[in-house]
Amino acid sequence: MKAKHCVYRLLLYAVLGLFACIFLFPVWLMISVSLKSDELQIIREAATPRALVPSAPSLVNYQAVLKGEGLDAPWTRFFLNTCIIVFSIVGCGIFINSLAAFALARLRFKGRSFLVWLIIALIIVPFEGLAVPLFLVIIWLGWFDSYQAQIIPFIAHPFSIFLFYQFFNRLPRELDEAARIDGASWFQIYRKIAVPLSLPVIATVAILQSLEYWNSFLWPIMVTRGPEYRPLSVAMNAFFGLPPRRWGDIMAFAFLTALPLLVTYLAFQRWFIRSVAQTGLKG
Amino acid sequence: MLSPALLLLVGFLIIPFFIAILFSFTNKRLVSPLPTRFIGLDNYVRLFADKAFWQALRNTAVFAGVVVPIQSGLALLLALLVNKKILGRNAFRGIYFLPVVIPMVVVCVAWYFVLNYPEGLLNTFVNILSFGKAGPYDWLYDPSLALLTIIVISIWQGVGFQMVIYLAGLQSIPEELYEASRIDGANAWQQFIHITIPCLRNTHIFVLITTTILAFKLFTQVEVLTQGGPRGMTNTVVRYIYVAGYRELRIGFASAGAVIFVLIVLIISIVQRILLKEEREVL
Repeated sequence: MKAKHCVYRLLLYAVLGLFACIFLFPVWLMISVSLKSDELQIIREAATPRALVPSAPSLVNYQAVLKGEGLDAPWTRFFLNTCIIVFSIVGCGIFINSLAAFALARLRFKGRSFLVWLIIALIIVPFEGLAVPLFLVIIWLGWFDSYQAQIIPFIAHPFSIFLFYQFFNRLPRELDEAARIDGASWFQIYRKIAVPLSLPVIATVAILQSLEYWNSFLWPIMVTRGPEYRPLSVAMNAFFGLPPRRWGDIMAFAFLTALPLLVTYLAFQRWFIRSVAQTGLKG
Repeated sequence: MLSPALLLLVGFLIIPFFIAILFSFTNKRLVSPLPTRFIGLDNYVRLFADKAFWQALRNTAVFAGVVVPIQSGLALLLALLVNKKILGRNAFRGIYFLPVVIPMVVVCVAWYFVLNYPEGLLNTFVNILSFGKAGPYDWLYDPSLALLTIIVISIWQGVGFQMVIYLAGLQSIPEELYEASRIDGANAWQQFIHITIPCLRNTHIFVLITTTILAFKLFTQVEVLTQGGPRGMTNTVVRYIYVAGYRELRIGFASAGAVIFVLIVLIISIVQRILLKEEREVL
């Protein structure tokens, strides 16, 4: 019995380890290649296990990418653009979406249940289907090639409103009633009671939206023209498509692009996993 | 309190949707000497007569049809593995989820290096495993392999997300159910079939719906890795609309595609919801 148990354990760890290798190896390969200074060496070793060994590691590729050699702007420029876009969407989004959800959950007014239904229905509407007409709206507004074209359409987010709505709906009504008797306005109740209580939801929304917009690709290709407003994802693709491919620099750019989210993830792993888990508990 | 969110949703989600419907009946182009005029169902007729559209639709359906069951099944398997009381399970969870936080463009770039033809690590690996009999394969440019490759990369990147959702589902199953069945003499497989699977019904529904919709939005992987090629074998509906509307500036025609795309996604999510709800009542 004991031997059988031992074999079972070993087998389990073997499977777990195999999956871990599958998930880690492309990431490790990216790091390894990015640390090799000699482009010919990278190509020579591309198909051999030595591709995974950063012999004589050097940071020259990172220096080149950070200086913008062979690119139309340094990596930091695109990083700054992505940060401006993502932080604006997430920051404004948390405020506007939670405020709307608060009104839907706590106030009683005509058409409320219709609006709740509408928000839930809008969750299903795929943005990808609306990209072309939205592109026209951006042209009409004169926002082509700008930050606002990449920020303002995404601030209001039906799914985030829904997450906040569910949370506010579960808070006891006595909270508002007591505050109302003390003469607090609805906005004060929102700011002093609802927001401080909803920190876990705020974290969830912030994490999910950051992942979504750090990744956005289709839309920024359509509305940006040059490096000025272009985010990392589009710059990465442009650099990747530029012949001749210099793999050392490409992998350095790729790893730098993944790094901010990776570091945040490693620091707040529990929060990331909890946020994702919460999206599924709503079904 | 609602107005900022509602204004933004109307301006950037609802109005574009109606613009799409409206322009789908016109010959609107972004830059054109001809005035925009009403042309009835011409765009739809042309769309349904276009072999490339059907091919894109079929590719998208195949992608969804393969990715949804495999990714969900694999996610459940991984969730079961990392739900066991084992040493380092948090580390394994963290590793399996890691690709989710890597931007898709970066994932594609890293995989491109692995898939290189003829000299890539994957080809070397296949060659060793088959004792030199198989390969090398042109994973991204062989018409019979390209879509499969895109499928594998997508699952690699996304499976951690569903794993975490399943993990949350597994942890919500009361332990007493397992204890009671153990007393009744049920083995692990019987427990899995009669307790785990039925108790996860809500999780299954959620995972199925979200994964299907995500699969239908496929764009980034294809645009970065194959640009829809070889011979349209990896083109998708979203990319078809993007090319027609953005590259060829045929706004009216692309709008017709967009309307069909949004309808397909809506119908799928509604049908899934109804089917799964009925099943729940039957069981």
